[in-house]
Amino acid sequence: MAQNTNSSEASQTRKAAQRRAVITRGLVYLLAVVMACWILLPIWLIGSQAFTARSGFFNFPKMFFPTPYSPETMDFFINATGVIDSMGRSVIVAAITVAVSLFVGAPAGYALARFAFPGRDFFRVIIVSTRSFPIVILAIPLAVTFIKLDLYDSVFSLAMMHVALALPFTVLVTSSVFAGVPRDLEEAAETLGCSPVQAFIRIVLPLVLPGLAAATLFTFVLSWNEVFASTILTLRNRTLPALLISQLDMAPLYYRYAGGFFLLLPSLFFMLFIRKYLFTLWGRVSR
Amino acid sequence: MAEIQLNNIVKTYGKVRATDDISLTTKDREFMVLLGPSGCGKTTLLRAIAGLDQPDSGSVLIGGKDVTFEPPRKRNIAMVFQSYAVFPHLSVYDNIAFGLQMKHMAKDEIAKRVKSSAELLRIQDYLDRFPAQLSGGQRQRVAVARALAMPSEVLLMDEPLSNLDALLRLDMRAELKRLCHDVNATTVYVTHDQVEALSLGDRIAVMKNGKILQCDSPLVVYDNPADMFVGGFIGNPPMNFISGGRMEAAGYPAPKNGRLMAGIRAENIEPHTQAATGALESRVVVVEPLGSHNLITARVGDEIVKVSAHPDMRIDHDQTIWLKPEPRKIRWMDAETGKAI
Repeated sequence: MAQNTNSSEASQTRKAAQRRAVITRGLVYLLAVVMACWILLPIWLIGSQAFTARSGFFNFPKMFFPTPYSPETMDFFINATGVIDSMGRSVIVAAITVAVSLFVGAPAGYALARFAFPGRDFFRVIIVSTRSFPIVILAIPLAVTFIKLDLYDSVFSLAMMHVALALPFTVLVTSSVFAGVPRDLEEAAETLGCSPVQAFIRIVLPLVLPGLAAATLFTFVLSWNEVFASTILTLRNRTLPALLISQLDMAPLYYRYAGGFFLLLPSLFFMLFIRKYLFTLWGRVSR
Repeated sequence: MAEIQLNNIVKTYGKVRATDDISLTTKDREFMVLLGPSGCGKTTLLRAIAGLDQPDSGSVLIGGKDVTFEPPRKRNIAMVFQSYAVFPHLSVYDNIAFGLQMKHMAKDEIAKRVKSSAELLRIQDYLDRFPAQLSGGQRQRVAVARALAMPSEVLLMDEPLSNLDALLRLDMRAELKRLCHDVNATTVYVTHDQVEALSLGDRIAVMKNGKILQCDSPLVVYDNPADMFVGGFIGNPPMNFISGGRMEAAGYPAPKNGRLMAGIRAENIEPHTQAATGALESRVVVVEPLGSHNLITARVGDEIVKVSAHPDMRIDHDQTIWLKPEPRKIRWMDAETGKAI
């Protein structure tokens, strides 16, 4: 008898525990759904509105797919004067930014990760602190300097500005990426017949590639989305966000949705493309 | 021929002398173990041989050639790292083949060497796998196979077993001994585990604070420690030290005057339940049954002595027993300097 009550008690506590586990799990899923909606709803709204015909633009409630569907807003937007040109400039600026910041930043990141040089921690702090200057304050002196140096309104000089903005991020991210590869691996390669450079190319580089790809992506998107410096430092050679921000003010609402969607696209595309690199490719890098 | 000769190696890190003027010669095909507590400079010494660090002064000769300023790749060595350092992005096969490819060996020669060294470590079935798909013990085997595949005459090992769990470590230890006997390389093996040192080494160099205290065969190091540190560091339980006056009172004459300590190992002391001539009276503090024998911790005056007793012998906590040291096994040490006499 006594044993029976014991076992029924045990099964009850087990059931209670299972119930709690189910509730916890449910809450986690709920939270995940809320967070996903937080991100996805605006994207959906922008995307859907961009492809809705003007006649149905103010309809409510919205269908999931744009109804009535029409690419005419997008068409109109893309063919508007300056959009294609400024998009081209955006790509060029972002590409230069990525190339230069990686070329300068990655070696600095490697040095921070590998060598205990005097003043290393100070250097790290300095890098972080450059991010604490709001660009709004720097904007006017920067514009004046750019005009004085005859760099104003050029794609290249804007790219340099973006490099300056991106570099701290690049240095810190690449340094942590390099720090993720144990020094032992390089040393092992050296005992197996590699020169330090060979060890870097054959061992370290393949292992940091996913991390560097992610850093590249973020730098690209950072430059692509950057509005303020682009608006201040260019006039005729505007990048896409700068063009949009100056034109959308006066544009009708549907035009803004088309512009927003167009800006979103590369970020979305890159995110999907590079997603697998964000997780390390070969399991854990170390050990 | 690959004799490793270290001459007056000094390496300092900040103010710490990691190796303090160390000279050591490892003979061709000898298995040398560098043994010591952490921070004694054993790894520093190994890295100096490997060429991963350069000594502040002194020279390193491998096979009679001065390689002090040569990078690792020009030293004809192979090394096993404590962390294994298996390349995560290469398959087991490519890991083992890596060094051979760097030497631009012919493809079929590489395949042959990889195969034989993988068979030696019984990982021939995993050659297509990546390290992430292997257990810690298997990764360790890959690391050893990679080193053994190299056509080098010097094998360096930096605590290769310390990351394995106890059972695996025992297995791998025996296997390493077999392998190193087979490959005939001059081996320098760093460890802080005295059992590993005793079981593997042809000679053991016991280190402390950047100096070598004693370098001799395992039996000599165990039986005739050069000083009290070596006696206390090697052996489980460590050597007992009983003050000279107490020993003389029990009828064991000291070899010279001055403050002396008598070192004697647990298995060389015979416990008696009754008073006997030449036995020291003591009180049992702890009795630990270890299966093959009982380890008894007893107190002689204010000194702790560990003795091993036959498991059938009835000895209880707080009992008075008499300890009779084997006279031939007593090692006299100078209490001031700690050195053996």
